[in-house]
Amino acid sequence: MQTQTIPDKINFWRNVIVLRIVMQALFVIAIALVAGLLYTNMLRGLEGLGLTFNFEFLKQEAGFGIAEGIDYAPSDTYFRAFQVGALNSLKVSVLGIIFATLLGLLFGVSRLSGNWLVRKIAAFYVECFRNIPLLLQILFWYTVVILQLPPVRESITLFHNIFISQRGIYIPWLKPMPGFAQWAGYIAAGVILPVLIYILKGRKSGTKDFARFAVTWGLPVFTCLAVSGWYMSPQTPLVLEVPVLQRFNFTGGVRLSPEFSALLIGLSVYTSAFIAEVVRGGIQSVKEGQVEAAKAVGLNESQTLRLVVLPQALRVIIPPLSNQHLNLAKNSSLAIAVGFPDLFNVGSTMMNQTGQSIPVFTLIMASYLIMSIIASLFLNWYNRRVRIIEQ
Amino acid sequence: MSNNISDEFIVICDDVHKWFGKLHVLRGVTTRFKKGEKVVICGPSGSGKSTFIRTINRLEEYQQGKIIVNGTELNRDVKNIEKIREEVGMVFQHFNLFPHLNVLQNITLGPIWRKKTDKEEARSAALELLERVGISDQSDKFPGQLSGGQQQRVAIARALAMQPKIMLFDEPTSALDPEMINEVLDVMRELARSGMTMLIITHEMGFAREVADRIIFFDEGQIIEDAEPEAFFNNPQNERTRLFLSRILHH
Amino acid sequence: MSNEMIRQGHPREMTGPLKWLRDNLFNNWYNGILTVISLFFIFVVSKAGFTWIFFEASWEVIPANLNLFMTGMYPPEEKWRIWTVVYMLAFLAGISAGIWGGIILRFALISTAVSLLLAVLPFESITRLLLLGAAIFLTASLLLGRGRTGWRSVVLWGWVLSFPLTVIMLRGFGESGVLPAVMTTRWGGLLLTLILASVSIAASFPLGILLALGRRSRLPAVSWFSISYIEVVRGIPLVTILFMSQIMLPIFLPDFRIDKIIRAMIGLTLFSTAYMAENVRGGLQGVPRGQYEAAEALGLSYSLTMVLVILPQALRSVIPAIVGHFISLFKDTSLVAIIGLLDLLGIARSIIANPDWLGLQTEVYLFAAFIYFMVSYSMSRVSRRIELALGIERK
Repeated sequence: MQTQTIPDKINFWRNVIVLRIVMQALFVIAIALVAGLLYTNMLRGLEGLGLTFNFEFLKQEAGFGIAEGIDYAPSDTYFRAFQVGALNSLKVSVLGIIFATLLGLLFGVSRLSGNWLVRKIAAFYVECFRNIPLLLQILFWYTVVILQLPPVRESITLFHNIFISQRGIYIPWLKPMPGFAQWAGYIAAGVILPVLIYILKGRKSGTKDFARFAVTWGLPVFTCLAVSGWYMSPQTPLVLEVPVLQRFNFTGGVRLSPEFSALLIGLSVYTSAFIAEVVRGGIQSVKEGQVEAAKAVGLNESQTLRLVVLPQALRVIIPPLSNQHLNLAKNSSLAIAVGFPDLFNVGSTMMNQTGQSIPVFTLIMASYLIMSIIASLFLNWYNRRVRIIEQ
Repeated sequence: MSNNISDEFIVICDDVHKWFGKLHVLRGVTTRFKKGEKVVICGPSGSGKSTFIRTINRLEEYQQGKIIVNGTELNRDVKNIEKIREEVGMVFQHFNLFPHLNVLQNITLGPIWRKKTDKEEARSAALELLERVGISDQSDKFPGQLSGGQQQRVAIARALAMQPKIMLFDEPTSALDPEMINEVLDVMRELARSGMTMLIITHEMGFAREVADRIIFFDEGQIIEDAEPEAFFNNPQNERTRLFLSRILHH
Repeated sequence: MSNEMIRQGHPREMTGPLKWLRDNLFNNWYNGILTVISLFFIFVVSKAGFTWIFFEASWEVIPANLNLFMTGMYPPEEKWRIWTVVYMLAFLAGISAGIWGGIILRFALISTAVSLLLAVLPFESITRLLLLGAAIFLTASLLLGRGRTGWRSVVLWGWVLSFPLTVIMLRGFGESGVLPAVMTTRWGGLLLTLILASVSIAASFPLGILLALGRRSRLPAVSWFSISYIEVVRGIPLVTILFMSQIMLPIFLPDFRIDKIIRAMIGLTLFSTAYMAENVRGGLQGVPRGQYEAAEALGLSYSLTMVLVILPQALRSVIPAIVGHFISLFKDTSLVAIIGLLDLLGIARSIIANPDWLGLQTEVYLFAAFIYFMVSYSMSRVSRRIELALGIERK
C-alpha cells in the first residue's frame, strides 16, 4: 500500500532513513562494545577467583541454617534455601501490604476528617513516618522497642491469649486436625464449583460481571459447602491453639520472631504514611460538584461516599497505591539489617559461601523483576478496564 | 524543463498521497502555486487540508508523489528538508509560542540559532517586525501575558523573522475570540499586499473573497474545486462545495 | 455567610474561639467522642514523651559524639576545609537568592534559619560562632546580590565550579602541603550523607535526561535500551544495587581500584538515574506537540529543539518531582550503612555498639531520626512552595 515511489536519487549519507539506521547501528555497536568489555573483564575476574559462570552450585548442599520459614535443614540444597528466602519475602510483603493499606486508609481518611484534632494527629503521623528513613525505623523497632521488651517469663499478655516478649510475639493459631484434609476438599470444591459455573454460564450468555456473580452465586455455594463439610468431617478439622508457657518458652500457636515483627511493623508503618497521602489525594481529586450532584439526587452521606466518591477516587488511587505496594515488597529486602532470612539475605549468605555472586545476583534480580512484571500486568489490566468503563 | 516550471511556480505538488496507518488521508493532490500567489484552502474538518499544508514543510511525511518547493525537491534528503524549512514559515491555530521565552526571544530564537544571525541584528530585526504587526510595546512580555490576538501576531512575526519565501497559515483565527480576529486578519492583509506567497486555511470567507487569488476546496483528501474567488462563491462547480458554502455562509 | 447570620441575629450564633471549637471539634456527637478520645491519647503520649525526654533520657551521648554525627572521622585539624565549603555555598546561595528572589530566596532564608537553629545546639562554642557567622554571611551576600542581574551567568558558573571545588577541598591531595589528602574512609556522618545524596543527584540528572530522551526516541534500538534499563533498575531494590556495586564493580573493572564510597556513589547514581529519567519523561509528556512542531517549522534541529524549546519547559515543570526524588534519595542513602559505610545512620549504629554508650540506643536513634526529619521535612515544604508557585504561573 505504502509504495515507495518517491525518487530516492539522494546521496545515501543525506537520506533520513539511512541516517536513522546508521545512528541506531552506531548506538548498538557502542553498547555492545561496553558490554563486551565488561564481559571479558568479568570472565578474567572470575578466572582469577577460580570460578565459572553457571548455576550448578544450586544443587549442592547449603550447609547453613535458616532461622525461620518453611521446612528446611542445612543439609538441603542451595536452591531449597533460596526458596525458603523467597517465601519469607513473600510472607512479609503480603502481610505488610495488608497492614500498610489498612493503616494508610485509616490515616488518609482521618486527614480529611471534620474533626480538627483527628486531622492534626493524622498529619503528624504521616509527616513523622515518611520523613525518617525506613531503615532507621526498622532498626528502631528492632533494637529500641522489641529487644527491650520483657523476657519470656514476664511476657506482656493481651486479651489473655497473645504474649509479647523479647522472643517475639506469640498468637493463637488454627491447628489442622486429622479431619482437615477432608474438609479442605469441600473448601476446594466450594471455590472450583462456582468458577466452573461462571465459565459455563459465561460462555452461554456472555455475562462478564464477575463481582456480581461472586456475590449472587459464588458466596452462597461456598458457604454451603464449607459449613456442611465442617459438620460432616469425623473430627473438628481445625482447632484454635493457644500458646502455653512451658519451662523456657511458649509452645503452640504461632510465633512472630522479633526480626519478622520489626520488619513487618517498620514496612507497614512507613508505607502507610505514603498510602495515606495517596488516599487523601484520591478523595480530594473527586470534584466538589460530584458530591453536590449526589446530594441533589437525594443520596445520603454514606451512599454518596459509596456510590459516587469512592468509585471515582479509586481510579486515581489504584495506580499509585499499587506502586506503593511494589515499593514495600522491594523494601522488604532491608530484612538483612535485622537478620530476617528473606530472599536477599539468604542470597547474600549464598554469595559469601560460594563466591558465586553473579549467578546469585541474577537469581535475586529475576525474582524481583518477576514480581514487578506481575504488578505492572495487573496495573495495565486495571487501566484498560477503567478506560472501558469511562467510555 | 523543471527549471522553467520552478521559476514560475514556487510550490509544485504532483499526485501527493499520504496514509496514517490504513487511513488514506491525501488521495493524489496535484496543484501548483505561483510566486506571490495568495491561496485560501477550505473544506470540512477531516478533509485533509491541514495535513496537506503540513506536508509542504514536512511536519508530515508523504508516501507517494512529489513536492517541489522553490526548486528544491522535498524528499528524504536532510539538506533539502533543512533548506525548505528555512524558506517556509508557518503559523499555527494555537499559536504554539514558546511559553518560557519572552516575545523578543521567541522571535529571535530561529534567526540566532538557525541562521547564526548576530544577536543585536536579530534583535533590531525583531523589533521592526513587532512594529509591523503592531505590538512593539510588548517585546518584554511573556506569551502567557498576551491576549490571543497578540499572541498570534507574535507568532506571525516569529515566522517572518526567518525571512521565508512562503507562509503557511493553519486556521490562524479559529482559536481566537471574535473581537480579536480582525487584528490578526489585518496583519495578514498587510502581508498579502507586500507580495508574500501565502497558503491559508481559514473559514473567514469574507477575508478569502477579499485577499485570495484562488480558493481551493478540499474534501476526502482531494481537491474538489479550484477557482478564483468570484467563480468559487458565485458559481461552484461541485455539489459538495455548494453544500459546504451554504452551511458556512448562512452562519 | 457567617456575617449574614450575625446580622440576622441568629440566636445560637457564637463567635470567636467558642465558635471555632464547636465547628471543628464538637459539630456532632461522634466528633465530640473522637475529640475526647484524641485529647486523652495526646495527653498520655505527650506525658510519657515529656517525662522520658526531660527526666529519663541520658542526652550526654549526643554532645559527646556530635562531631562524629556531623563529619564522622574527619580529622579535626582539617575541619576548616569543611567550613570553607560551607561558606562558599552560603555565599553562592545568598547571591543567587538576591538575584533571582522567589523560591531561591525562600530556600536561602530557610538555610539561614536552620544554621541559626543549629547554633543553639550544644556544639563547641567555636562551631556555634562559625554557624552564626555562616548565617550572617549568607544574609550579607543576599544583600550584595540584590538586583545584580548582570551577574547571572557568573553565578551559574560558580555553582557548576563549586562542585569540583568541594570535592577538591574535602578530598585534598598529596601527603602534606596545604591540602593533605583526607581519605574517603574518614568521611562520615551527616557530611557523608549529604555528599552521597548530592553527588548521585548531580550525576543522575544529565544521565536521567539522556535516558528520558532515549525512551521517547523514534529509534527503536535506543528506546528499547532505555526502557529496559529504566524498568530493570526500578524493579529491583536499592540494597541489591548497592551490594552489586560493591561486589561486581571490582569484578567488571579489575584494572581500577575504586574505593568503597565511590562504589556506593556509582550504585546510588545508577539507581537514581532510572527514577530521574521517569520524572523527566513526565515533564516531556507535558510539553504539547505544538511546541515540537513550532520548533521544527523554524528549522531547528533535534538537539536545538530539545535544548532551547522542550527541555526548559519540561524540566521546569518537574522541579517539584525532582526535589521529591532528592528527598527520598537523601533518606535512601541511609542504606549504605548496611554495606558498612559510616553515614549518619552508620555512625549512629557504631556509637550504639560502643561499650561506653551501652543502652543508649533510643537517644542515639532518636537524634539521628530528628536530623533526617528536619532536612527531609524542610525540603518537602520548599518543594510544595515551588509546586504552588508553578501552579500560579501557569494560570
